[in-house]
Amino acid sequence: MEKFQKLQGVAAPMPLVNIDTDMIIPKVFLKSIQRTGFGVNLFDEMRYDRQGNEIADFVLNKPQYRKAEILVAGDNFGCGSSREHAPWAIADFGIKCVVSTSFADIFFNNCFKNGILPIVLPQEQVDILMEDAERGENARMTVDLESQEITTSDGQVISFEVDAFKKHCLLEGLDDIGLTMAKEASIDAFEAKAGAARPWV
Amino acid sequence: MSPKTLYDKIWDAHVAHEAEDGTTLLYIDRHLVHEVTSPQAFEGLRMAGRKVRAPEKTIAVPDHNVPTTAGREDPAQMTEESRIQVQALDTNAKEFGVHYYPVTDVRQGIVHIVGPEQGWTLPGMTVVCGDSHTATHGAFGALAHGIGTSEVEHVLATQTLIQKKSKNMKVEITGKLMPGVTAKDITLAVIGETGTGGGTGYVIEYCGEAIRDLSMEGRMTVCNMAIEGGARAGLIAPDETTFEYVKGRPHAPKAGQFEQALDYWKTLFTDEGAHFDKVVTLKGEDIQPVVTWGTSPEDVLPITGVVPSPEDFEGGKVEAARRSIEYMGLTPGQKLTDIEIDTVFIGSCTNGRIEDFRAVAEVVKGKKIKDGMRAMIVPGSGLVRAQAEEEGLADIFKEAGFEWRLAGCSMCLAMNPDQLSEGERCAATSNRNFEGRQGYKGRTHLVSPAMAAAAALTGKLTDIRDLI
Repeated sequence: MEKFQKLQGVAAPMPLVNIDTDMIIPKVFLKSIQRTGFGVNLFDEMRYDRQGNEIADFVLNKPQYRKAEILVAGDNFGCGSSREHAPWAIADFGIKCVVSTSFADIFFNNCFKNGILPIVLPQEQVDILMEDAERGENARMTVDLESQEITTSDGQVISFEVDAFKKHCLLEGLDDIGLTMAKEASIDAFEAKAGAARPWV
Repeated sequence: MSPKTLYDKIWDAHVAHEAEDGTTLLYIDRHLVHEVTSPQAFEGLRMAGRKVRAPEKTIAVPDHNVPTTAGREDPAQMTEESRIQVQALDTNAKEFGVHYYPVTDVRQGIVHIVGPEQGWTLPGMTVVCGDSHTATHGAFGALAHGIGTSEVEHVLATQTLIQKKSKNMKVEITGKLMPGVTAKDITLAVIGETGTGGGTGYVIEYCGEAIRDLSMEGRMTVCNMAIEGGARAGLIAPDETTFEYVKGRPHAPKAGQFEQALDYWKTLFTDEGAHFDKVVTLKGEDIQPVVTWGTSPEDVLPITGVVPSPEDFEGGKVEAARRSIEYMGLTPGQKLTDIEIDTVFIGSCTNGRIEDFRAVAEVVKGKKIKDGMRAMIVPGSGLVRAQAEEEGLADIFKEAGFEWRLAGCSMCLAMNPDQLSEGERCAATSNRNFEGRQGYKGRTHLVSPAMAAAAALTGKLTDIRDLI
């Protein structure tokens, strides 16, 4: 997995609440058996008309946000399906960090597996970042995972919380499976014990 | 020892490793797999030269993409991409040696209906699947939740999941339900109360007399939509109803071992005095038949209500409601029972079980659906379909004018050919009314099976209590 350490980039504002996984990547694009190539269809039904033409006033179609690397979003971002195609599409588009007041649980976990940093902040701080993001290409924020700080385009610093283990994995770009397999003895021991206690499982 | 919730007990029984910061390797007893969220995971194993650690605990079934019309064994019925996904599952299931129910097997169906039906899902287990509606299995007192594809690969390789424990939430439904009110109305009413983010960070335990009174089918409907309330999982403590359902199923413990299992299952309840971080209580008597008006499952109102106005809301929800009302083609103040319906979809992992179909048959028996109405009933599994045929329900449906389909996810998420067209309005027994969920610009109103049946007859959203 690609490491996430420090990111400086344009932030795009998407204040809508409850942006769901069907909005992020509609099901017609779930049929690939690859992990890549979903970025072009990110937010497809909001981003293109039926003929495939870009809808000009959709945020990521605006010239200043076409290369956005940060998304500042409304509450409960990523609700709905478990489809990892949602973070795959976000990463494939080039977005590496999403900020909101809350995220749906499965989507939140899926982000960390794909080098995306989801940041939860209180409403007032999301409001500050949303306002900053609305400044267009001047809205270059800095997200520093090591120090757990976001710096706005005018130098305001906002601290954020992140789970220590997830932070470590993102900073180092670690593969979960490899880490878990190193604990195989614990799994073997658990299986032996549970198998004796609950042989019907 | 301090009192524990049901969730605490199941969690504690599955900790294979715990780090100092609470990051846990949770052992997984059952891993269900379908064709959409697994190909990249199997490919990952192959690239790394890894095996499936416990193929005997892994069950695969194609459901999302499969057509539900006759002759579907013919690959020409699927689009090229769907065919590739279904064939990939077929290849992966055989290569990695997991249990597999192909489309030609009468036991095939929606993964969350097949699991319980075959006795794979048992009380006290941990169950995961690359599908958010894995919450369904919580009805058995199993800790069950959806995972992403990276986690699917992790579980295939290690039979564990890296987890932090969620908080405990209790949702109590006291008393009795009124006539015409079903499990679907309970679960929608709860989401209407808590919002789609209200359960985020929690595992919900549903309890109370109205929950205890539900059949296993009804309990599965309730837990299925725990995810729509944002919860990681929904749970219901197992009881005699559960044990009776499980007994004799193909993969349930057999004589002798069943008694041993039963002794354990009877310990699976929340201890007196256990701590819940959040409690929501609804009176069963207060729950009415409900319907969704918008594009979020929290947009729930009693069928007697009217379409709200964006100004009725606060904060970010004002804009979301405005967008929903426009998308749904509704007018604030419009009576919900005046909303005309083009299509009725009955099925899905929420309401595709035999009890749901019995409820529909009761409403439509000897009647005809409205002229011009498109109405389809899609069983949750081949076995549900066979049972409905044996009970004479299928004949009732066909005589009333419904299409009687083969098993699959179908129009719940419209990945197969069953889709709404632009502007088409559907009363659906499924679980999500998101924009575009049932087809591009399609409009979905979530309802119970009986309410969907009523809408099919009248051509409008209808209060089932007017027909009983």
